[in-house]
Amino acid sequence: MIYMDHSATTPVDKRVLEFMLPYFDKKYGNASSLHSMGQEAKKALEEAREKIAKVINADPSEIYFTSGGTESNNFAIKGIAFANKDKGKHIITTKIEHDCVLNTCKWLEKIGFEVTYLDVDRYGLIDSGVLEASLRDDTILVSIMHANNEIGTIQDMEEIGKIVGESNAYLHTDAVQSVTKIPIDVKKMNVDMLSISSHKIFGPKGVGCLYIRKGVKIDPLMHGGGHEGGLRSGTENIAGIAGFGEAMKIGEEERPRTMPRLEKLRDKIIDNVLKIDNTFLNGHPKKRLPINANFSFRFIEGESLVLLLDSRGIEASTGSACSSKSLEPSHVLLAIGLKPEDAHGSLRITLGKDNTEKDVDYLLKVLPEIVSELREMSPFKKDYGEFE
Amino acid sequence: MYSQKVIDHFMNPRNKGKLKDYDAVGKVGNPVCGDVMYIYIKVKDNRIEDIGWETMGCAAAIATSSMITELAKGKTLEEAEKITKKDIADALDGLPPIKMHCSNLAADGLKKAIENYKKGVKK
Repeated sequence: MIYMDHSATTPVDKRVLEFMLPYFDKKYGNASSLHSMGQEAKKALEEAREKIAKVINADPSEIYFTSGGTESNNFAIKGIAFANKDKGKHIITTKIEHDCVLNTCKWLEKIGFEVTYLDVDRYGLIDSGVLEASLRDDTILVSIMHANNEIGTIQDMEEIGKIVGESNAYLHTDAVQSVTKIPIDVKKMNVDMLSISSHKIFGPKGVGCLYIRKGVKIDPLMHGGGHEGGLRSGTENIAGIAGFGEAMKIGEEERPRTMPRLEKLRDKIIDNVLKIDNTFLNGHPKKRLPINANFSFRFIEGESLVLLLDSRGIEASTGSACSSKSLEPSHVLLAIGLKPEDAHGSLRITLGKDNTEKDVDYLLKVLPEIVSELREMSPFKKDYGEFE
Repeated sequence: MYSQKVIDHFMNPRNKGKLKDYDAVGKVGNPVCGDVMYIYIKVKDNRIEDIGWETMGCAAAIATSSMITELAKGKTLEEAEKITKKDIADALDGLPPIKMHCSNLAADGLKKAIENYKKGVKK
């Protein structure tokens, strides 16, 4: 199989796996224990914290380990909301956030918070003027994702950081998709919080972190034994955290070599796939993750496309309703102005370091065949006829 | 998620394509929902002599289009009208619950085609 769904998840890098293994059965101590094995675990924990902090230009004491991206985003948003509700109850986010941000915001609305969901343009970029105008004295938090998981669009976080920096609000960014793909510097971006997930960067599942700038007023979601500076109780997942740290280190070290290569392969995919008629690219032509390509093929449906690709040995994903639990097409594709029928016909390809030119050539051979097979079956060939 | 039979009919769809010489067509679904099905029938002596389809949709939509052709071919119009969504799903060894109403359009498509045939409407 050729795996081209790296924004969904990634395999654990063999070096990362090897690094983790001793922490399951040989160095299995609890980092809170005073004895030698406990201290060994504590050392692994702090080393991972240092590796991660270094990649994003933070201080190790500003890294708080969590169970992954969903928890980190919940922690940032609810934690700020609960701790600062006396200051205000207004939150700003965008319409293209991950469900774990959107559904957290929707839930906060139910308990009395007010949320502004910023529109994006056809490429998925927010309007900084609208952001500025949306900020109020009672705005306590702005949460804007760095790079979008579906269309790969990268927001200008430095500009957003400047705008929010002049207000009373804290700034959080979901960097789950961008870390180790593009440079991240929490100081340049002027963000107060930043979410990272390990399994998106060739690390293990079930672990991630939230960067919290020193001095930010935030409440924990997990109360207990006071781990992670009292902000995230629960015995640390040492093996997972050690693997996460190593994956960050390797990912960042290899980024200058890996990403230009993948970007070139990705551009080859875009250039060739767009030769198929009635096909267009979703997302920004330039401001996008080097690993991401997202297309809409008119007159066909994405689940069929993904299943046929799978049958020929390629794994990718779609924003079609038919592949979701909600029967709604991707909220991201709708937010950038796609008609539902074109959102149904979408395909997301996300490359990873193991993908080769041979893989891409194979994709470029089978994809046009599959698209034309499905179009042959479709009642629509040139337009949507009476439905147009 | 899908039964082996659904996958088989999706991967090797039976009787696909528009009939060259059809008597009536039933059009159901909407591109906004992601599933559209056109069922074409050729009728001789009150029986479905030939049946074809064009479908835009998910694997379940394509598999149900394929399956109804097997269920309806050779049947009288009265027998064919009685084919239900459940009959199609059962013949496919079941469909995921979420696909039962949105993608299982073939029975409606066939009914509409027969209705149009009886009315003498070809398009």
